[in-house]
Amino acid sequence: MSSAARRVGALMSSTAGSTPPGQPPLAIGHPPLEGEGSRAPVLRLTDITKRFGPLVANDQISFELARGETVALLGENGAGKTTLMNILFGHYVADEGTVEAFGRPLPPGDPRAALDAGIGMVHQHFTLADNMTVLENITLGTQSLRSLRSDRRAARERIRALSSDFGLAVEPDATVASLSVGERQRVEILKALYRDAKILILDEPTAVLTPAETDALFRTLKTLAANGLSIIFISHKLAEVLAVSDRVVVLRGGRVAGERRTAEISRGELAALMVGYDLAPSPVKAIRTGPPALILENVAVRPRSGMGFADLSLTLRSGEITGLAGVSGNGQAALAALIAGMERPTAGDIVVRSERIRDWGPRRALGAGVGRIPEDRHAVGTIGDMSVTENVIAERYRSGRFSRHGFMRWGAARDFAEEIIRDYDVKCPSPEARIRLLSGGNMQKLILGRALDGEPAIILANQPTRGLDVGAVAYVHGRLVAARDRGAAVLLISEDLDEIQTLADRIVVMSKGRLSAPSARGERTVAQLGELMAGHGLEAA
Amino acid sequence: MDQAVDILFTASFWVAAIRIASPLIFATMGELICERAGVLNLGIEGIMTVGAFAGWFTVYSGGDLWAGVLVAALAGAAFGLLHGFLTVPLGLSQHVVGIGVTLLATSLTYFTYRLVLPEVTSPPKIEPFQPLPIPGLSQIPIVGEALFAQTPLTYLAFVTVALVAWVLYRTPAGLALRAAGENPSAVEAQGISVTAVRMTAVCAGSALMAIGGAFLTMSAFNSFFFETVNGRGWICIALVVFGSWRPGKALVGAILFAAFDAYQIRLQQISGGVVPYQMFLMLPYVLSILALVLVARRATYPKALMIPYQKGER
Repeated sequence: MSSAARRVGALMSSTAGSTPPGQPPLAIGHPPLEGEGSRAPVLRLTDITKRFGPLVANDQISFELARGETVALLGENGAGKTTLMNILFGHYVADEGTVEAFGRPLPPGDPRAALDAGIGMVHQHFTLADNMTVLENITLGTQSLRSLRSDRRAARERIRALSSDFGLAVEPDATVASLSVGERQRVEILKALYRDAKILILDEPTAVLTPAETDALFRTLKTLAANGLSIIFISHKLAEVLAVSDRVVVLRGGRVAGERRTAEISRGELAALMVGYDLAPSPVKAIRTGPPALILENVAVRPRSGMGFADLSLTLRSGEITGLAGVSGNGQAALAALIAGMERPTAGDIVVRSERIRDWGPRRALGAGVGRIPEDRHAVGTIGDMSVTENVIAERYRSGRFSRHGFMRWGAARDFAEEIIRDYDVKCPSPEARIRLLSGGNMQKLILGRALDGEPAIILANQPTRGLDVGAVAYVHGRLVAARDRGAAVLLISEDLDEIQTLADRIVVMSKGRLSAPSARGERTVAQLGELMAGHGLEAA
Repeated sequence: MDQAVDILFTASFWVAAIRIASPLIFATMGELICERAGVLNLGIEGIMTVGAFAGWFTVYSGGDLWAGVLVAALAGAAFGLLHGFLTVPLGLSQHVVGIGVTLLATSLTYFTYRLVLPEVTSPPKIEPFQPLPIPGLSQIPIVGEALFAQTPLTYLAFVTVALVAWVLYRTPAGLALRAAGENPSAVEAQGISVTAVRMTAVCAGSALMAIGGAFLTMSAFNSFFFETVNGRGWICIALVVFGSWRPGKALVGAILFAAFDAYQIRLQQISGGVVPYQMFLMLPYVLSILALVLVARRATYPKALMIPYQKGER
């Protein structure tokens, strides 16, 4: 590696001069996109194919990356983005194809080689040691393990310099456990920069960030690109891809479905390219609102942690989707727990179809016909190491359908699992597969199938589309609307105001444990809803 | 009652306390290294037994005392290799492997003892390490006698603590070791082999445990007999927790426990048979449990402790 290529910060000008000597002429056989001729590809992937058993995760994928360029790798879950990056970074070995960095082939299956070639990766799940300091995390592996001492002072100064150069504010001696998610991500980026990374790969970097943190990240990425770093930005969020990238490579089903300059493509085209068909506009149907299905009368909940509420009243009507908007942490979790039966009201009444219910609890809630789609599908919704079959009957294993005289009827359970897999288009190897191995979208489809089976009268959908890709989101929305149309009362809790406005027939806003008065679809503007979310005007309501 | 307090001001009490602490210090440091890298080593009891026998037998067969220490360390490292192989690359349950290693190592030691000394009824003796007073320092009343008139192996125990602390906190290798116990994927992502780091830690830690065992037969006593180790390994597991996985605090814990032990022996003598002696034997353990309850509840343990690491798995 030439010293010219090693320098990261001082690469502002003279793109041609930075090409390491001894490199083959650039871009032969790979005609660059128009106007990119002067840029040198720093990374080139050629015909990468990777199979996992019968599944072809990557099928003949080729693309290249120029210096100072930000390329977005767009695709739904399961399109092969993460597999491709794991090959690039040496975690997996490709079955076919080559990776070249700065004109030199990268030996497959060797993370160290990728690091040494200047490739830095910010994983979706951070690889940080929580109980160690920022400095320790960053310097890990940067010095010889046989070295008898480590120069902390020099490391600290270098980290400080990188932080201020690229707007990555973080205290070197802080313990990682004490940092916010945004700060941890900065540590991950600093880790790569500390190692002189010239190519930075970010895998779904915004999935865990707040909007403000996302903006800060985008500013940092622009600065890095302006300083000559090449960036691969992996995402399934169209808005972010459009905001941050110069060029978009769309993956679908393991293949490159298209490659476009960001400036020349619209959001709609990009979405169609990603899912392979035009997404139908969200179904909005005239509604036939029925009688109240669930009434909460002046209920109070004091959860063990998080915000509770007192004197709260809410009515969910059949054939109607009630949208509960609000910034999370304002009592939604307690309200969802109450309806799901996980919390008992300390005051007030729960009325289901005009019957007051005493000793409310999980079994009561299920008995009252509440279909539950929990907020956290990993922690609450499923048991990761148990099979798909065991998970889909988890709420009803005691019913006569699945057990008799104290013995499980596994045949019936398996039939039921297969029914859901078929009806809800779940991609999974078999009903015996551990549910942990499913992608988020498929896991959510299973939960949806479990919750909606038996046509529950009341549906609690708590953040039902969080972390899902466009196709899966549309699917979940369609199912919820269909449930409403057959007469279910749906409570949709979401932080995504777009989602609430698209789906909800009636909107209430929750802030600091209080509910606003309901408004009909389209009655309040985004700004008005935002005011309510911030807690203004709720006291009067 | 006065007598009970007076004990604390006798030099012999503190000399005994430091002597009793020495094997615990070695073994605790060994266990601490293993656990910091993410591997619980319940083989400690058996590995100490192996060390006790290997060191003693080397000297009994005509070897030098320091050669005995070296042989003990190598024997310990060999069992560490076994434990490491089963728990790190194969990723088996660390509890089960540890108990297995302890049973195997203990039984193998007793078996070997019977093989090489078939006709012995009373355990043969060796010439153990002798106290080596450090000129000047050993003249200080009580403290000097307790700390600076011990055998060379005790001095080595204290040097080991400093060495372990320095390696863990001041070297890149120590950083990699601690990271392997906190988040192995962070180590792998930096191009370092988690397997190599953990295997090295388990071997080095096991060698220290074995030296702790060798202290018993080569410095504290002068012969090997069954039940030499007598549960000290398990105490060391608790001492690592008590020390919140920090070498300095673990050292304090080891000395504290040893002091309780030395104290109860002396209490037995002055109580004149009024209180059953078993009560006194119990004392250090009861106090250890109390100390654990008070100190270790807030301890932050290595996050990846007891979690096998498989490359590429999340």
